[in-house]
Amino acid sequence: MRAASGIQRYGLRFVALGYLAALLMVPVTIVLFRTFEDGLGPPLEAIASPDGQHAFWLTLVCVGIAVPLNTIFGVTAALVLVRHEFRGKAILNTIVDLPFAISPVVIGLALLLVYGRNGWVGQDLIDAGIQVIFSTPGMVLATIFVSLPFVVRETMPVLQEIGDEQEQAASTLGASGWQTFWRITLPSIRWGVAYGIVLATARALGEYGAVSVVAGRISGQTETLPLFVENEFTNFNLAGAYAAAIVLALLALAVLLGMNLLKRKEREA
Amino acid sequence: MAANDATVAAPPRVGIRLPVGGAALSRGAVTLWLTVIVLIPLAAVVEHSLQDGIGEFWEAIAEPEAIAAIRLTLVSSLIVVAINATMGTLIAWVLVRDEFRGKSIVNSLIDLPFALPTIVAGLTLLALYGPKSPIGANVAYTKVAIVLALLFVTLPFVVRAVQPVLIEVDREMEEAAASLGASRARIFRSILIPNLTPAIVAGCALAFARAIGEYGSLVLITGNIPFDTQVASVYIFGRIESDAPASAAAVSVFLLVLSVAVLFALDLVVKWSRRHARG
Repeated sequence: MRAASGIQRYGLRFVALGYLAALLMVPVTIVLFRTFEDGLGPPLEAIASPDGQHAFWLTLVCVGIAVPLNTIFGVTAALVLVRHEFRGKAILNTIVDLPFAISPVVIGLALLLVYGRNGWVGQDLIDAGIQVIFSTPGMVLATIFVSLPFVVRETMPVLQEIGDEQEQAASTLGASGWQTFWRITLPSIRWGVAYGIVLATARALGEYGAVSVVAGRISGQTETLPLFVENEFTNFNLAGAYAAAIVLALLALAVLLGMNLLKRKEREA
Repeated sequence: MAANDATVAAPPRVGIRLPVGGAALSRGAVTLWLTVIVLIPLAAVVEHSLQDGIGEFWEAIAEPEAIAAIRLTLVSSLIVVAINATMGTLIAWVLVRDEFRGKSIVNSLIDLPFALPTIVAGLTLLALYGPKSPIGANVAYTKVAIVLALLFVTLPFVVRAVQPVLIEVDREMEEAAASLGASRARIFRSILIPNLTPAIVAGCALAFARAIGEYGSLVLITGNIPFDTQVASVYIFGRIESDAPASAAAVSVFLLVLSVAVLFALDLVVKWSRRHARG
């Protein structure tokens, strides 16, 4: 028996695909079309402009610092939360999820209130010659904040699933903590970790709200690609906005492909 | 409190000795990282919202412009959650139970809103539903645009929550019901819906928490008109820009408490349904 007759099935399929087309596929196609409407020239020019170039590199710097740090933190936190029992574990577990529950603007405000001129430590840092807000460190901090939970959340279930028998065996046979980790634990959790890294990278690349609050949006100085998109758009430079958007969309597509690949690897493993 | 836990000595337990010189050290490092990156900044928001007393806090939230923004945020988020509950479940059903060419591509596309930067999402929607709309459907700078943008960014939550449950649901139950003469509507109501409800609720809670805080996808498409299309996150941004951080912090704390409460409630629902499923 089929759960639905032919007509019902086609009806549901039609509604579902129609909804997805109206919300996702058609808008994305139109942006692609509009970007290359006048040929490759205008979008390439916008991307190659000094501000566009700078935005691209600054985005890479933020991602390049935030994602590795969150990966180290994520794997350690997952090990601590899965393999250990201690008081306050539930609280720690909840705090890890907080960045998911907080508006990006609130995250930006939070950093402003700590590191800004009138913030808790802002003036002291400025006196020491370190500018955090309206500068790269603040943007990196915002990126770390928003991409923090991904590696932890993707690694924890895998750790739970593999159990700790092999680790205990290695331990009993005299392996040190590091040896056990590198030879036993990491190889078995690597696809979960990789999946978390991919998600964290996607979020870090595209973060707009939190970064925009702490960046002050100085073109060519504190502008990442998402901020560049917004700036070009408000300055009526649609070609530039679409071009940068396409770069980000292509990166998003690469992320999607990566996710699919890793899911398959995880299933095979 | 969490900071103190780090100093508590590790209980003697057989198990893997963590790298980085032992359990207590790695636990301390994790706690320290979370404190510096997440807790201290959030504490600053709470402190700032209350620095002029609880009276000022309520006044900042009760400002007409703030009230309007919060109400718009809540109403549009609830609408979005309701649509997601229906459409998300329907899409999940089609992706699990239906077979058609290109299904796996459609399945991967569901994650696109998670991968696509929010500002690009806004720009994308504007291309089809903005002033230059090729189908003449210009909803830019209206409340409809808010709902559209929120639907876009929250699309994956319900679909991805329901899909795995739908795969696991025992087809035999449905087949038995059918052979006993139950109508399709009856099977849907009495078998599928009760099985799927916890997953739908979970997806909805995540979508709601995301929707009330959403910012990037709304910047370009809503026009940010006070008392009309200004949502809470945009209001907060405006307050920061006009150098009124205390008022920004107050509305922030309100949003913060709301989304944490929703996620906490979700945790309870998940625990309850697990116990329910086992019993």
